[in-house]
Amino acid sequence: MSNPNDPTLSAPLSPQIRVIADAMMQGAPHGRALGLTILSVERARARGLVPYRADLIGDPETGVIAGGVITAFLDNLCGVAVMAALEHPTSIATLDLRIDYMRAAIVGRDVLADAHCFRLTRSIAFVRAVAFECAPDDPIATATATFMLSSDGSRRAGANRAAPT
Amino acid sequence: MSDAAQPLTQDQIAALLDAIPYARFLGLRAELRGDELTLVLPYKDELIGNPMLPALHGGAVGAFMEFTAVATLSVKQRQLRLPKTIDVTVDYLRSGRPTDTFARASVSKLGRRIANVRVEAWQYERIEPIASLHGHFLVTPVDA
Repeated sequence: MSNPNDPTLSAPLSPQIRVIADAMMQGAPHGRALGLTILSVERARARGLVPYRADLIGDPETGVIAGGVITAFLDNLCGVAVMAALEHPTSIATLDLRIDYMRAAIVGRDVLADAHCFRLTRSIAFVRAVAFECAPDDPIATATATFMLSSDGSRRAGANRAAPT
Repeated sequence: MSDAAQPLTQDQIAALLDAIPYARFLGLRAELRGDELTLVLPYKDELIGNPMLPALHGGAVGAFMEFTAVATLSVKQRQLRLPKTIDVTVDYLRSGRPTDTFARASVSKLGRRIANVRVEAWQYERIEPIASLHGHFLVTPVDA
């Protein structure tokens, strides 16, 4: 069954996408602060890493990394997968993000994740992601997200600097 | 727990959050009035996810609301221990502007093992939330 919108069937990935992916992860202050890194990008897919760091711990008794760090990481990585699925890069915004936490992350280990944009419509992208240390079949957490495409509309750079009217 | 009967104080909640490195990283503050807890995410540049607009990082807002949920459960349960997250669903309603963000949680159901919690985060006006969260959390029974 072929789906003309299936991002996995689209044209080859432009080399630009790697630059955009890196900018999305490390170019944004919060991504940089968390140390988010892109490991690889393919059409509609992204693999990334968040390092284990003492200041990202969520449970001081066990030393396990905070769930919120995984949330921020998966949100960002899902966005990269959407960018990698688009023919032409556009602004995107997370509409909805669901995260299921299966188990605590292993103390001292970096967390990897794979994200896949499995469906694109004219205005919405659908993404799944899984976070793990060794292999995706032993997940720490899974995510399901939807993104709005061309989310900026007519809003210009700096539009958010003023309070809403 | 011996402290189970006593309501938690603002200082205890603040100390609980201050002991969590990621909560310190986000710069979270807690304000407790009676049994109503408001968490504050003070604005700083490291929270920006979209430098163009600029807008707060959705993940930072999600993490902030998750901390609001678990801290509120600690207040309700009068326990100096944060529950574990099972799942969270975040709706992003408006883009987060470069200013302070506030959040309050309401506990829909506090069972013996599972708690259902809803959180809303807002900036300028409480009635115009920038995001909401619904989650399930694994709680420890108070009498355990």
